[in-house]
Amino acid sequence: MPAKTYVQTTINGEHVDFLCEPRQSLLECLRDEIGLTGTKEGCNDGNCGACTVNIDGRIVTSCLVLGVEAEGADIETIEGVADGSNLHPLQLAFLENAALQCGICTPGFIISSKALLEQNPNPSEHEIRFWLANNLCRCTGYDKIVRAVQDAAKRLQEA
Amino acid sequence: MTTADYERNMVLATDTDYKVIGTRPVRHDGADKVTGRAIYGADFDAAGLLHGKILRSPHAHAKIISIDTSKAEKLDGVKAVVTSKDFPQSESRKDQWLKDNILASDKALYAGQAIAGVAASNPHVAESALGLIEVEYEVLPPVLTTQEAMASNASILHDSLTTEELGEDTGVVSNVASHSQHVKGDISKGFEDADVIIEREYNTKTVHQGYIEPHNATALWSPDGRLHVWCSTQGSFVVRDSLAELLDLPVSMVRVTPTEIGGGFGGKIPIYVEPVAALLSRKTGAPVKIVMSRRETFEASGPTPGSQIKIKIGAKHDGTLTAAYAWMAMEAGAYPGSPVGAAVQCVFSTYDVENSTIDGFDVVVNKPKTAAYRAPGAPNAAFGAEQAINELAEKLGMDPIELRLKNVAKEGTRRPDGPVFGKIGAKEVLEAMRDHPHYQSDKAEGTGRGVSIGFWFNIGFDSACNIAVNKDGSVNLTEGSTDIGGSRTSIAMHAAEVLGIPVEDVRPSVVDTDTIGFTAVTGGSRTTFATGWAAYEAAQDVKKQCIERAAKIWDVDANGLQMEDGVISSKSDSELRMTFKELAEQLSDTGGGISGSASVNPSGVGGSFAGNIADVSVDPETGKTTVERFTCVQDVGKAIHPSYVEGQMQGGSVQGIGWALNEEYFMNDEGTMTNSSLLDYRMPTSLDLPMIDTVIVEVANPGHPFGVRGVGEANIVPPTPTIANAIYDATGKRMTQLPMSPGAILSVSPE
Ligand code: FES
Ligand code: FES
Repeated sequence: MPAKTYVQTTINGEHVDFLCEPRQSLLECLRDEIGLTGTKEGCNDGNCGACTVNIDGRIVTSCLVLGVEAEGADIETIEGVADGSNLHPLQLAFLENAALQCGICTPGFIISSKALLEQNPNPSEHEIRFWLANNLCRCTGYDKIVRAVQDAAKRLQEA
Repeated sequence: MTTADYERNMVLATDTDYKVIGTRPVRHDGADKVTGRAIYGADFDAAGLLHGKILRSPHAHAKIISIDTSKAEKLDGVKAVVTSKDFPQSESRKDQWLKDNILASDKALYAGQAIAGVAASNPHVAESALGLIEVEYEVLPPVLTTQEAMASNASILHDSLTTEELGEDTGVVSNVASHSQHVKGDISKGFEDADVIIEREYNTKTVHQGYIEPHNATALWSPDGRLHVWCSTQGSFVVRDSLAELLDLPVSMVRVTPTEIGGGFGGKIPIYVEPVAALLSRKTGAPVKIVMSRRETFEASGPTPGSQIKIKIGAKHDGTLTAAYAWMAMEAGAYPGSPVGAAVQCVFSTYDVENSTIDGFDVVVNKPKTAAYRAPGAPNAAFGAEQAINELAEKLGMDPIELRLKNVAKEGTRRPDGPVFGKIGAKEVLEAMRDHPHYQSDKAEGTGRGVSIGFWFNIGFDSACNIAVNKDGSVNLTEGSTDIGGSRTSIAMHAAEVLGIPVEDVRPSVVDTDTIGFTAVTGGSRTTFATGWAAYEAAQDVKKQCIERAAKIWDVDANGLQMEDGVISSKSDSELRMTFKELAEQLSDTGGGISGSASVNPSGVGGSFAGNIADVSVDPETGKTTVERFTCVQDVGKAIHPSYVEGQMQGGSVQGIGWALNEEYFMNDEGTMTNSSLLDYRMPTSLDLPMIDTVIVEVANPGHPFGVRGVGEANIVPPTPTIANAIYDATGKRMTQLPMSPGAILSVSPE
């Protein structure tokens, strides 16, 4: 069995260190080594966006990042989006707009949308669609997801 | 008409006299799903968990000469290897086919078919071990389409498969598993009476449901002989019963706990990895988890078939349809059982045609065994039939919606396959389409417009529900329908309506097969219809007991009491009044708790019709089609939770748009899928689409207490012909093949 590497990161604001084999993806480390299973695997080759996390302010598909590459990184996953027991406006907007059916894509969409709204607080429908084209949803047809992001933008601006 | 001039999501409601039904509460499992806490199959963990991987056939058609697992077994970290030999002996040919689709015995019939399973301490070790298993194959020529499979010199998949011709075994070995025929009236006379006849052949490719969560299962075969499986499935009882059958166990020895499920659309009804995980667990004594990769999900689960469809219809000058003929051959995949039987029930069912004949052929080919996909078979059939109707309208100089309305099926119409329609909403759907601001508006410059309508019959089947009253006036509701799109809330809404309490006071749980009565799959658009009905009945049971308890407390006759809006009261004495909550507090002191239960198998299923209006533009240089505007109209009977009903309509529409424009299995000559990734199997992204406008039509189904029909499937039927009709309108090109990809459009000449 290959030797394991010691990796130190910050995940959702907490210092987290873990051991991982060089061949393990960050997605696998998050799910199997650290127990954060909110980040989902839909394809393991960068094409569905279910595994999207935010690393140092950039959204990435964690299945295409090696665990060892996360050394020193500041990582945000779906488990860190709510503020304690208060849901983030995006999470509320997804619920109230029925923007999820099965919900497997939802963590990825929320992480992606959050990064969008941080960069562009008032995106147009086209900008939302363009930004979210990295995330596949097979259930909703995207209509209600786009509306939820528009709604969240409004909530965040009003807040 | 601009987008601001109309409501993008309309509900044409028939009955609004409800407190809970028709409202849009936040779903009960919502917080867990937006915070990442919901446990899906692949998230499940257990102490001492082993990881399983599956070796798959690289050949689409090959005899398996030998399998040598000895080297793999010796790899450090490998705990067990299983092959088909680990299954109990089969009793019948059909039984053996079921097993062969899980682990092949004598023959591999599609590239990706499972050959052996390995359990190891981690998934990477298991993966490495697969490379050490030696399999000797004798490769045979693959058969990849119905045309090839039905050819007289075709390579034969199953030496033991003989064709069933109109219900009789012919004894003739071939790749045609069966031929069925439905005849109504006299088809030759119908065509003689016709002034105009349209006739064409259409072909469609294999496509996948494309759920984002791959198949998965964890099995623990306990030393006490009981097998426990946790998995993402559309039907925990189907998994239980299939496992019991394959492993030769009584059903009581198998317990299935459904985890949250990341999409299914029909594809998560059959079992694939569950029995392999079970066999590996039996060998190791440890829990074993198997999660498919995306490639495995494409190559080794059950897509929906490619098909060959010939349609011929005839009509009088005034538009009256006189005859309709369909010849449909559908790929079953490696083992018999294509959805052609369902296609037959749908192809002309929108219309009242005096004379019709429908021939259906179930054909085996060297591709994965097909599974259900949202109204299975019906979209393939509609792609042909609904283009033919538009062609006919053009020839007759009639509006395509008016032509449909002229011939539309109503209550009392006999379907071409036999059944007589009860109350249905085909006419109302067409009228809502005709009157919609989208249809009334002028097309934008350079765009084409298409319409069509589709039918799906929906199913009933068994469902069970238990409701227990808590002392705070809430109720715990347990049911067995795995929840893929918010159904636990729509089911809870049935109970809340009956009990007159807020839906937030109902706590619904989807429970395992030891904990609830038999419940059929989440499929056939049945979940809100049938399990909702079970919840309705269980709540009625609770209500009756509440009234009886109040009668006991007040020492009056229960017949003089009523329970409405969560209040129990006397019909004659206004002093006697108590809320459900007040009663709940006293239950323990007045005779004990109250719980209600129901098991139902409702027969009053109401079929659903869905129609589309679509505007598209086609780039003349590249052939790329852009959907500019899309409207879905569906008769759902009664929308319990309109937001999730709209979600079903939008989701089905978009799957249909993907099917229309891009999706297909590319197979090479050896029968291997060459696009088994989500990059190359091109499903629609947010950027490919406009908003999907919806009109919920409510023609209440008299066969359900609130009028529910079921909404999940009919909406995927019309998109492919709608888009084809729009492309024709934009370009003059009649597209007879799916998908209508840029290359396909460029290769066709305008008519
Ligand atoms: S799992 Fe990473 S993009 Fe699909
Ligand atoms: S909600 Fe199921 S994939 Fe998006």
